[in-house]
Amino acid sequence: MHAGLEHYLTVSALLFCLGLFGVISRRNLLVIYMSLELMLNAANLAFVALSRFTNNIDGQVMVFFIITVAAAEVAVGLALIVALYRKKQSAHVEDLTSMKL
Amino acid sequence: MIHDIAFYIFAFLTLACGALVIANPFSRNPVTSAMFLVLCIASMAGLFVLLHAFFLAAVQVLVYAGAVMVLFLFVIMLLDLKEEERRKLKVFGLAAGAISVGAVAAILMRLIWVGRPGNGLSAPILEGETRRLGHVLFEQYLLPFEILSLLLLVAMVGAILLSKKDLK
Repeated sequence: MHAGLEHYLTVSALLFCLGLFGVISRRNLLVIYMSLELMLNAANLAFVALSRFTNNIDGQVMVFFIITVAAAEVAVGLALIVALYRKKQSAHVEDLTSMKL
Repeated sequence: MIHDIAFYIFAFLTLACGALVIANPFSRNPVTSAMFLVLCIASMAGLFVLLHAFFLAAVQVLVYAGAVMVLFLFVIMLLDLKEEERRKLKVFGLAAGAISVGAVAAILMRLIWVGRPGNGLSAPILEGETRRLGHVLFEQYLLPFEILSLLLLVAMVGAILLSKKDLK
């Protein structure tokens, strides 16, 4: 079958759902973070596919910005995880209950 | 024709590696997850090439598969995560998550395949996409681009401050 816009959007949607399932089901903070990256990438793929098929370059500019912001976010997020690990000696979400009432 | 075959190969690789990131039946070590995330991102760069986004494919490989994943691996090796592998999974939570994600997937699939946003749209023959992207980026989006550099500086300062030993 010819690969049209729907096919690319399907891959993007499935990848987004995989990432969402990872965020819900995994308990390791780092793997949750990787699943978040997966979801961001799925959104990027949808942007690029729509930009290609509507012949509008703005989508690609947006993906460029998303990649940069994601890199900044990963740097800060991983620094937070390291700081958290220093305090709690664990990167497991079930051990992080200090804000629980 | 070759384009379609390449699309199916890259799409399969992307989805398979994405599935192995979140649920690997052989190992629950975060390092394997990170390695499959690298593969997933590389095959997604292949999809970007098929969509004529050559510059973004290069940036994807350089920034994600290069810088971001090195950062991930560095942190994984910094933290000693040996005992994480022995935890039991909660069946109820998994089932609830699977059902809700399945519902989201069903909604998205219905949206795509009933609405068919690509109906009547065909990819135009393009030349020099990267040149066009550069023009738009440095003319129309110059201010956001400069703000982005400031954001990177702020993130760098924040990351250094957060990873200091005596966090106030």
